[in-house]
Amino acid sequence: MSATEKITLATAWLDGCSGCHMSFLDLDERLITLAELVDVVYSPIVDTKELPQQVDVGILEGAVSSEEDLAKARMFRERCKFLISLGDCAITGNVPSMRNMFDLDEVFDRAFVETVQAQPQRPTEGLPQLLQPVRPIHHVVPVDLVVQGCPPSADTIWYVLTELMAGRAPDPTQITRFGA
Amino acid sequence: MPRYPTPANAPPKVRVVTLRINGQDVSAREDETILSVAVDHGIRIPSLCYLEGLTAWGACRLCVVEVAGIPKLLPACSTVVTEGMVVETNSDKLKRYRRMILELLFAERNHVCSVCVSNGHCELQNLAAECGMDHVRVPYRNAPYEVDSSHDFFRVDHNRCVLCTRCVRVCDEIEGAHTWDVMGRGVECQVITDLHTPWGESESCTSCGKCVQVCPTGALVKKGTAAGEMEKLGDFLPYLTQMRGKQ
Repeated sequence: MSATEKITLATAWLDGCSGCHMSFLDLDERLITLAELVDVVYSPIVDTKELPQQVDVGILEGAVSSEEDLAKARMFRERCKFLISLGDCAITGNVPSMRNMFDLDEVFDRAFVETVQAQPQRPTEGLPQLLQPVRPIHHVVPVDLVVQGCPPSADTIWYVLTELMAGRAPDPTQITRFGA
Repeated sequence: MPRYPTPANAPPKVRVVTLRINGQDVSAREDETILSVAVDHGIRIPSLCYLEGLTAWGACRLCVVEVAGIPKLLPACSTVVTEGMVVETNSDKLKRYRRMILELLFAERNHVCSVCVSNGHCELQNLAAECGMDHVRVPYRNAPYEVDSSHDFFRVDHNRCVLCTRCVRVCDEIEGAHTWDVMGRGVECQVITDLHTPWGESESCTSCGKCVQVCPTGALVKKGTAAGEMEKLGDFLPYLTQMRGKQ
């Protein structure tokens, strides 16, 4: 199989802890099998800096918490034929969304003033604008599949990817769930 | 009309009825509910507020079933069987309704499983998995509710409460203290101790912990439990009710 015939895969993490990507790396030796079938064209775990115009499968970890997350989610939706929400943050907002109960001023003060000893002050530049509320990805763009778990296990991710490659529609609700 | 004393060991005079659940012919006592008959015959009907050993409440509506000839969906936990009844417990329509109920429950308060003390031992979480509720389509309310840690041993986190009222019923019917009750309406509704005083200041609470053990979620928990550590032991209840019935 030549490289051009491979399935293209892109991943990104929005407001998440990177745990879902770590779980992806936990595929261990199965990553070698995956690399023979799939071309990872954009991801925090590869060097490419730009999302190609057309990608077969996109995987998003994390909730939509900032303007940057929102732009990424929209770009992924636009360019990926099949978009997967990976993990509870992407699907429910999970831990990042627990700040929704406070207003943004309180959140900023807590993070940058109250709990900081050296030069407590709010950052003024270089940070994307935070959104209120934090939302799941499918509340801002349509998503084709959700894969629950915090994080979803490597076996779950493997099941989803192999089913998709075999041309079948995976049903991960049988093997994972919220908080798993 | 003269009334004669019934011998202590005489079987109660109840008629037996036959009905059909999911195409299966079953017989039941005429005073049984659809849910208890289904349980007896190994037919699973998802339920949340119902708990064997307590009076049925019919609040969560997860156990709704279709009964032929009746246009409304009926809660299986509080609908008594009748002769010739034809019941459907798992139609596509019911699956859709159950999923929607679960979505609304998850959207109403904070049910972030990953950081909950009851993660892995939660009836709400299990129901979501069982009913295939893998994402919530409605907006989350994100409304903060109170957490009361004033009790020496226990904590109530109203953010995790689904208002099943199991705590209210077990405290009233089994412990006999009636510390718990319900206050307010709609989204303002919450369970309270005494007349909405902090749990730790409650004069009626005996600290027996039955409410904690029957709570289906991480709303009522033992203090000092970390994420996933709160396992409930609700099995005592049917035993207790049965033994007391024999007294």
